[in-house]
Amino acid sequence: MSKYVPIPSNRMLLERDVGKEPVLETHHLGIDFGGLTAVDDFELTIGKTEIAGLIGPNGAGKTTVFNLLTKVYHPTRGTILLNGKETTGMDTAAINRAGIARTFQNIRLFGAQTVEDNVKIGLHMHMKTNIWSDIFRLPSYWREEKKAQETALELLSIFDMQDLAKHQAGSLPYGAQRRLEIVRALATKPCLLLLDEPAAGMNPSETAELMDIIRKIRDDFHIAVLLIEHDMNLVMGICEGIVVLNYGKIIAKGTPEEIQSNPVVIEAYLGKKEEA
Amino acid sequence: MKKWKALSPQTRSDFITYGIVIAAFIVLRLLSAFGMLSNSLTGLLVPLCAYIIMAVSLNLTVGVLGELSLGHAGFMSVGAFSGVIACAGMESFIPNPIIRLLIAVVIGGVLAGITGFLIGIPVLRLRGDYLAIVTLAFGEIIKNIINCLYIGIDGAGLHISLVSSAELGLNSGRVVINGPVGAVGVQKISTFTFSFVLVMITLIVVLNIMRSRTGRAIMAVRDNRIAAESVGISITKYKMIAFITSAVLAGAAGVLFAMNYTSLSSSKFDFNQSILILVFVVLGGLGNIRGSIIATVILYLLPEILRPIQDYRMLIYSIVLIIVMLTTNSEKAKLYIGKIKARLTKKNAKGGEQGE
Repeated sequence: MSKYVPIPSNRMLLERDVGKEPVLETHHLGIDFGGLTAVDDFELTIGKTEIAGLIGPNGAGKTTVFNLLTKVYHPTRGTILLNGKETTGMDTAAINRAGIARTFQNIRLFGAQTVEDNVKIGLHMHMKTNIWSDIFRLPSYWREEKKAQETALELLSIFDMQDLAKHQAGSLPYGAQRRLEIVRALATKPCLLLLDEPAAGMNPSETAELMDIIRKIRDDFHIAVLLIEHDMNLVMGICEGIVVLNYGKIIAKGTPEEIQSNPVVIEAYLGKKEEA
Repeated sequence: MKKWKALSPQTRSDFITYGIVIAAFIVLRLLSAFGMLSNSLTGLLVPLCAYIIMAVSLNLTVGVLGELSLGHAGFMSVGAFSGVIACAGMESFIPNPIIRLLIAVVIGGVLAGITGFLIGIPVLRLRGDYLAIVTLAFGEIIKNIINCLYIGIDGAGLHISLVSSAELGLNSGRVVINGPVGAVGVQKISTFTFSFVLVMITLIVVLNIMRSRTGRAIMAVRDNRIAAESVGISITKYKMIAFITSAVLAGAAGVLFAMNYTSLSSSKFDFNQSILILVFVVLGGLGNIRGSIIATVILYLLPEILRPIQDYRMLIYSIVLIIVMLTTNSEKAKLYIGKIKARLTKKNAKGGEQGE
């Protein structure tokens, strides 16, 4: 494991990622809904190959951060830099093309389509056909369909799901649907993968397997991962850096060891000890 | 047979659909060759094909894209009247009626497509049922514009007026569109074979779109807008593609339809017409192309065969539509249908075992 070291912009990066542009950097990111400040002054830097965790009590604003990063919500203040480029003015689709892929807390698969087609929809931006080659079945249609088919099965094999390719996505068990969402996100060839509670509804052995797979994805695809998770075994097990959010504000940042012993974090999760 | 089994279920289903249409065409051709088709039924074949194209193309908007359109007859109208004008203009220098019809179909389709594009620009960016509202208005507007449109043609070219046919100032030419009377003096050049070819083209276009990258994107937009955006699909672009394709095909169907009558009034393409086509689509099943064809054939031919209930046609349609909507949305009805299905398949399975 490499260590966190400060970089010139006064932020922390993993030693192995130093010298490369951070994949994501946010400055004073915040959003208000009416008079309510949901997220405020959110500062985050993620290195090229970092696995980072975003934790916090229910309602802390974790998913809102994901929605801000992917422009489902447009931030009220602050900037987001993706590979050093500002994302102002981009919409959700453009953000994905620029390199952020995500999964959803409440699974959003194309339930009526097959597993394979779900992954092919993920490959959409990387298929070089257009409406004309699709209608007239030009050679490029056959070539790209064949390529998409192979890539889809290859991606499904990460989770050992290639045998389920012809099944309807909506009929899969809960855990498999979560895994399929990750595969679909990976199909878009991101440089940053956002996972919203990937282990929700999984049993301990499935969670352990998921941890290995997330590491493997990072190593094989050379991408960064930011995940929201309530399962502390998973968070402490694979995250190199952790950000703790409460009431929309960052209350702590650091390595898993630092977070575990941080009194502010313990207070946010368990409440304050009553003084007698 | 082995090759057949190796195909994906979707491809197989598509080929069955093509097969059904081709077989129906051959049977009808044979029947008419042996003089076994009544005159009234023969007269219905071209409009039936036009309605099939309408239903299949509307299914692309309503079933595949998941946006409600209530003005599909408006596109048909744009195609029909522009086709009539184009045909009248070409009469003098293109003697072959089939080539003239073909060019008119292309012109009608393109113009309807452009109209669809203009409607789509503002509306398809919005979420919600705005498309239904705007297309509803569009259908009425087109009907009323053509109602007060006078177009004549002579050696000098097209003459257009919004007042009366006398204002056209024609010398030795003829009036093509005569205000509330509609298109007059249309040459009946639509043929059943041409209609069949157009139906096949429509089917190939729509089914090929559905089974491709474009179609998957369109269906992704329908199934889960946020997820579709999250994988980089541009929502507006694919809504546009589906809607414009649907409009182009409707325009082509309009030309086919218009060229089957000697005169045609714009009130033929009113709200009832749009709803009639929507009924075909809903009864055939949203997103189910073969279903649209079958529903159109049954619902279009039934009133003609059962002439006595003609007066109650709209009443029966509305009742059937309500029943279908209720049964497809009610959990109890679904459960009941599921039970019947399970019982039927069980019986079949048993029968199969005994047979072996």
